[in-house]
Amino acid sequence: MPRMTMIEAIRSALDVSMERDDDVVVFGEDVGYFGGVFRCTQGLQQKYGKTRCFDVPINESGIVGTAIGMAAYGLKPCVEVQFADYMYPAYDQITQEAARLRYRSNGDFSCGITIRMPTGGGIFGGQTHSQSPEALFTHVCGLQVVVPSNPYDAKGLLISSIENPDPVIFLEPKRLYNGPFDGHHDRPVTSWASHPLGEVPADHYTIPLGQAVVRRPGSAVTVLAYGTMVHVAEATAEETGIDAEVIDLRTLLPLDLDTIVASVKKTGRCMVVHEATLTSGFGAELVALVQEHCFYHLEAPVMRVAGWDTPYPHAQEWDYFPGPARVGQALRDMMEA
Amino acid sequence: MTDETRLSLNVPEPEVRPGGKPDFSRVPIPKAGSVMRPEVDADPETIRDLAFSIIRVLNREGEAVGPWAGTLTSEELLEGLRHMMLLRAFDQRMLMAQRQGKTSFYMQHLGEEAVSCAFRKALRPGDMNFPTYRQAGLLIAGGYPMVDMMNQIFSNDADPLKGRQLPVMYSARDHGFFSISGNLGTQFVQAVGWAMASAIKNDTKIAAAWIGDGSTAESDFHAGLVFASTYKAPVILNVVNNQWAISTFQGIARGGSGTFAARGLGFGLPSLRVDGNDYLAVHAVAKWAAERARRNIGPTLIEYVTYRVGAHSTSDDPSAYRPKEESEAWPLGDPVIRLKNHLIRIGAWSEERHKQTEAEIRDTVVAAQKEAESHGTLHSGGRPSMRDMFEGVYATMPPHLKRQRQKAGV
Repeated sequence: MPRMTMIEAIRSALDVSMERDDDVVVFGEDVGYFGGVFRCTQGLQQKYGKTRCFDVPINESGIVGTAIGMAAYGLKPCVEVQFADYMYPAYDQITQEAARLRYRSNGDFSCGITIRMPTGGGIFGGQTHSQSPEALFTHVCGLQVVVPSNPYDAKGLLISSIENPDPVIFLEPKRLYNGPFDGHHDRPVTSWASHPLGEVPADHYTIPLGQAVVRRPGSAVTVLAYGTMVHVAEATAEETGIDAEVIDLRTLLPLDLDTIVASVKKTGRCMVVHEATLTSGFGAELVALVQEHCFYHLEAPVMRVAGWDTPYPHAQEWDYFPGPARVGQALRDMMEA
Repeated sequence: MTDETRLSLNVPEPEVRPGGKPDFSRVPIPKAGSVMRPEVDADPETIRDLAFSIIRVLNREGEAVGPWAGTLTSEELLEGLRHMMLLRAFDQRMLMAQRQGKTSFYMQHLGEEAVSCAFRKALRPGDMNFPTYRQAGLLIAGGYPMVDMMNQIFSNDADPLKGRQLPVMYSARDHGFFSISGNLGTQFVQAVGWAMASAIKNDTKIAAAWIGDGSTAESDFHAGLVFASTYKAPVILNVVNNQWAISTFQGIARGGSGTFAARGLGFGLPSLRVDGNDYLAVHAVAKWAAERARRNIGPTLIEYVTYRVGAHSTSDDPSAYRPKEESEAWPLGDPVIRLKNHLIRIGAWSEERHKQTEAEIRDTVVAAQKEAESHGTLHSGGRPSMRDMFEGVYATMPPHLKRQRQKAGV
């Protein structure tokens, strides 16, 4: 099986989808000739032509707005917003238009678009190249929100997203583009070449939306994570020796509640970790659901480790990012509770 | 510093406020027939003047004059008159229905009937409009059943949108009418995307974008223009300048640009300004732009100069911000009366037939309303089910919505 980085896996997903379906079009800022600032669309314009993969004016609302119009026509646009931090000008089109088109028209029109956005921190991206705005999407009925944590999932989930008849927000942790990252920024960067999930089939396959996966089985505590934090949680479990069951949510909306509840009922403890800021972050929804569905099985309060409630700083990157030290301390505290 | 100037903020004001005498003397109205009709493949650079004049066909005497005349037969004009009269009668009944509590809300088209009714006749089956809430003439002139429009307004058990949408936010894909949204301007750039899709697929269909004068200030107006310009999308970009955005006069949105059509010039778009109360002129310009789009030459921006005679909506009282008599002073008159006078002038119509038709139309609308009301109105009779409320958020209902539906007991 070929080995791919997450970038290559995403590119492969787009390639496979464009090959299989002429209605799939790919566009965004610098996506065409140049192949994307992260190389995710490299070679697609050469292979499929300028009307299937093209550059656009710098206007996020225009990107999403035209994609919605194309979907209304019957195409399946997979568009890119260069950084999730720059989705805000398109927020009106995403939340009021894409998310509601099927509902408000009673199925007269639908909106099968996929919006790819590089997300997350850990790259010295500062305030507008590091944000994790997933909670701003999970709060919107009509959207689906996906966050892959490895190349294999990235490809399968992206193909599923493109084939999905409704709008999908596809958040790509850019810290994971070239290799897994467990938060140990002081250690050498590793690549996907030596990671089992860097093995990616070259052809078509899908991973259904709405299904979480247990990355590390454990019995002491359930850790709910997605994106980069999956790797942080896995590493922390090994380093602390706490037998944590790490669940990679993969899809935040719709959420795989069954997998979460089964795990927490088994372990009796639950910790949520995410890069996004704490207050009203997606973790709050997870905590509420866990306490509602697992209340009588809980042996300790459900806890959250998240980014601080501040804009994402530059110089204080590693004081902000919830790395193994913070997650490890929280796990130890929880086991003593 | 001796040459220091104290700065002051410019806040435009309309010429007249309530209590004042309506005055449109500063609105230049060129003579009917005086504006050139360029070839559809004309270089936009050579027709910049058209963004600052007003294309008109019907003169004061009711004659069709000049190079834009002659796109419609008298039969087609009679049909157009009927559409406008239908829309006006429909508005009157629905306005009354709102006052009677049969629906929560309505928005009429009074004075703007020609814009959407005439434009619709320049399109072909398969073309797609991306309308605002004030282009129901596209449905009426396109033959969409009036009863279905009323069912939507009454949110009854035959409402095609299952009671989910505010009244007048229709959706009719098969009639080339995109789902209306409450947020302004969003559909303008979506229309461009639809047109791009048609071009990507080497189709022959074109799109029409719609926006009001006030909403041109929204960012998506700009987005629509830049994408249309870049990709030469087969789209007609329509700006309906009815002078008012709720209480805000058009000068607030327009600023110093002179006209809304002039906005298109910076994007290299051919930009035309047309008498929005002249059915013949609207049709001729729409046809010109449609041909341009169909021949893959590119998009066109059209500003329709008209006047919003009625209140913004049933929740609005215009006497609080403009003179009551202002609509009567509007120099471009009433679109229904002007077309009627033209048809009488050419011997195709008469006052008597007009009165007779008015009565027939009233009966038609009343009959449609009776039928719609048999399916219920907002507060009485049949209504969409609570179960419908949970459907259609997604193609397949996700588990959390199933749980909520169960909790709701349906």
